[in-house]
Amino acid sequence: MADLEAGTTTGMQRVRPLSPHLQIYKPMLTMMMSIVHRITGAALYFGMLLLAWWLLAAAAGPNAYANVEWFMGSLIGQLVLFGYTWALLHHMLGGIRHLIWDTIHGFEPAERELLTLSTLIGSIALTLILWVVGYLVMGGPR
Amino acid sequence: MRTPMRRVRGLGAARSGTGQFWHQRVTSVAAIPLTIGLLLIITSLLGRSHAAVVQILGSPIVAIIMLLFIINAAYHMWIGMQEIILDYVHEDRWKLLSLMANTFFVFAVSLASVYAILKLSFGV
Repeated sequence: MADLEAGTTTGMQRVRPLSPHLQIYKPMLTMMMSIVHRITGAALYFGMLLLAWWLLAAAAGPNAYANVEWFMGSLIGQLVLFGYTWALLHHMLGGIRHLIWDTIHGFEPAERELLTLSTLIGSIALTLILWVVGYLVMGGPR
Repeated sequence: MRTPMRRVRGLGAARSGTGQFWHQRVTSVAAIPLTIGLLLIITSLLGRSHAAVVQILGSPIVAIIMLLFIINAAYHMWIGMQEIILDYVHEDRWKLLSLMANTFFVFAVSLASVYAILKLSFGV
């Protein structure tokens, strides 16, 4: 309290009491998925660089495009793309969940758990399906 | 007596006080079909030659879906990153710098992508 009282005289420097933050609470699925929604959003933000690189390379010519293809086909590239696919799908499904919540539906304990679990399982399932389809289109892993 | 309430009145219920909140919803709804379109386009381009990729990306429907995706995503991610910055960066100087960096990044990445699509569409 001494800090608080001393601080009041300096105006901007006042030490304010803090409300409990994440580490106080027991991790729950809805909370973890809320955090994951933000993390996938931030990852997709920087992932747009990949899309820009791919498009610019296609516009630049065969040599630049071959470089992108080489990177995307490498182990690291495939891992990044796999993660990007999952992040995109998870952020999309999580977004749909939030849109449902925006309409004030699905807030009962069982409902919100089901919604949250289905976005997680749905995003993983869709990612795997898309990659299987992708490899079939490609004619098998290179 | 004057209070800040004076400035807040009339801004509620999505007139403009919650403008960004609403825009984030609008762009998220738009992002659903556009993301599905993007994934279909990319999947259909896998393993194709450069010439085929150029031809498909430059065709009107595909190019328009790509442009809509990029522009929609640009606004959506600009708002989203701003929200993240405002949550975690409290020091004024860093806050302003990171908000500025957010705007620069979004403009640079999205305009580069738009330029590429237009070049693929109109050649030269």
